[in-house]
Amino acid sequence: MTLTSEPGVADGAVLPAVRAGALDAYAIRDEFPILSREVHGHRVVYLDSASTSQKPRAVIEAVDAFYREYNANVHRGIYEFGERSTNAYERARVEVARFINAPDSHELIFTRNATEAINLVAYSWGRRNIGRGDAIVLTEMEHHANLVPWQILVQERDGDLEFIPITDDGLLRLDVYEVLLRVKPKLVAFTHVSNTLGTINPVREMVDMAHAAGALVLIDGAQAVPHVPVDVQSLGADFYAFSGHKMLAPMGSGALWARRELLEAMPPFLGGGEMIREVHLRRSDFNDIPWKFEAGTPAVADAVGLGAAAQYLRGLGMDHVRDHERDLLAYALDVLPREVPGIELYGPLDVDQRGGVVPFNLPGIHPHDVAQVLDRFGIAVRAGHHCTMPLHERLELAATARASFNVYSTRDDIDALVAGLRQVQTIFEG
Amino acid sequence: MDDLYRDYILEHYRRPHNFGVIDAPTATYEGANPLCGDRITMQLGVTNGVVERVGFTGRGCAISQASASLLTDEIKGKPLVEVTKLRVDDVLDLLGIEISPARLKCATLSLDTVQHAIADDPPGGGAPNATRAAAAETDA
Repeated sequence: MTLTSEPGVADGAVLPAVRAGALDAYAIRDEFPILSREVHGHRVVYLDSASTSQKPRAVIEAVDAFYREYNANVHRGIYEFGERSTNAYERARVEVARFINAPDSHELIFTRNATEAINLVAYSWGRRNIGRGDAIVLTEMEHHANLVPWQILVQERDGDLEFIPITDDGLLRLDVYEVLLRVKPKLVAFTHVSNTLGTINPVREMVDMAHAAGALVLIDGAQAVPHVPVDVQSLGADFYAFSGHKMLAPMGSGALWARRELLEAMPPFLGGGEMIREVHLRRSDFNDIPWKFEAGTPAVADAVGLGAAAQYLRGLGMDHVRDHERDLLAYALDVLPREVPGIELYGPLDVDQRGGVVPFNLPGIHPHDVAQVLDRFGIAVRAGHHCTMPLHERLELAATARASFNVYSTRDDIDALVAGLRQVQTIFEG
Repeated sequence: MDDLYRDYILEHYRRPHNFGVIDAPTATYEGANPLCGDRITMQLGVTNGVVERVGFTGRGCAISQASASLLTDEIKGKPLVEVTKLRVDDVLDLLGIEISPARLKCATLSLDTVQHAIADDPPGGGAPNATRAAAAETDA
């Protein structure tokens, strides 16, 4: 298929937001229209990027252009708009596949988010491959998205779940993992980066251990693709799931990457149009991958937006993104305990093993109250259990507040958080 | 700034009224709000159809604790039939502050728990230590 070029960042172009090999987060901030808004009379300090990221103009404009200039269904219309739409959709696939260094863009399936990508594997691969007594190894730090689909699967198929425990500062116990692999699990599924603690797990080492034990590996990359360079080939993963909306792309965009032979052997997930080659009244022949797994009209504009986001991030350079966020994390871990008396911080202390996620509590003050007071100063943080209830239980915490970063986060944001937390303490300690 | 965290709200949060366990409760219920991890246990001592004693324990945000403190003051000495008639708006009136939709469950956890205690443990019967999520909500 010939792919015509849609507007975007030219290959290899260096954006003005990268200067002297480092991100200029202040210049980047200007590319995110929402960040110039005021909230309660204050500049927006958005520190909830682990929940969802804000969107740059390049992504908003790509979605806007789709609807204004060439909206049409894909793989159907024999007319100008239909061809442009199909081209843009398939070009986005190539762009996103390239972003994670997938060897073949046909191994990249568009989904609504990481949750749907994981469910696709649980339903399609899981129902064919997990039977009575088969084990799946997960970890104590999983987001509910990489826990509940497997609970549903093993309950239905009479399989078992095993869990790699964590240390008190949020690292996986690889010694226990080694023991768990002796039960010969069919699958090991774990998060690349923890959404709650920020822990960056040693994926390559864990994949090698799983493969040596005969297990396939699914990685939940939702918190990794926006923040660290991801190369599915060098990670050695079998399945890699992620969301678009956390990586500057529209909500409702996401993807599953898996090795071709796995996808070809898997039965379809949803049935309907697009995923078929021939339909008869009592049987159908299914389409090739990836379309076999993309039943119905896809979220084309959102996929185009995801392609634009991947291009944007590639333009910044994921090494630069990672360096920027590690710098912010180190700054936050330095300044918060010094400037906010009594603050409790959780997660690994080594910034090389951690992404830009800072969970914390102020003793005696509920995180919801912390978040509510911070909001008055235009500061957005998350408060609650962050979809990791078992992890909070393990750490014996009812809830935490969480500040998390992205490419547009700055040291000013952390300074504002510090000032806001002091205000919280003033109000509550009176 | 302080339309939510007014002095009397913070006062009830720091030193909640009726905090603690009571002797020989006739109704007990543990309510939880999984969204924020709030968890409170309400105990009622009902004699001749009147709430003579009331106590609560547990932890939560300022809004849920202040609401439990104010509500327990309100229902102490009241006939059970009147307590069962209390509605969300009555609790919001007791709090006297503007509650956003996101915090509504914090404000109403105490009332929800009291009503579950009454429903589950009619005087003279029922399970004394039922635990159930009073407000099931996911935090995706």
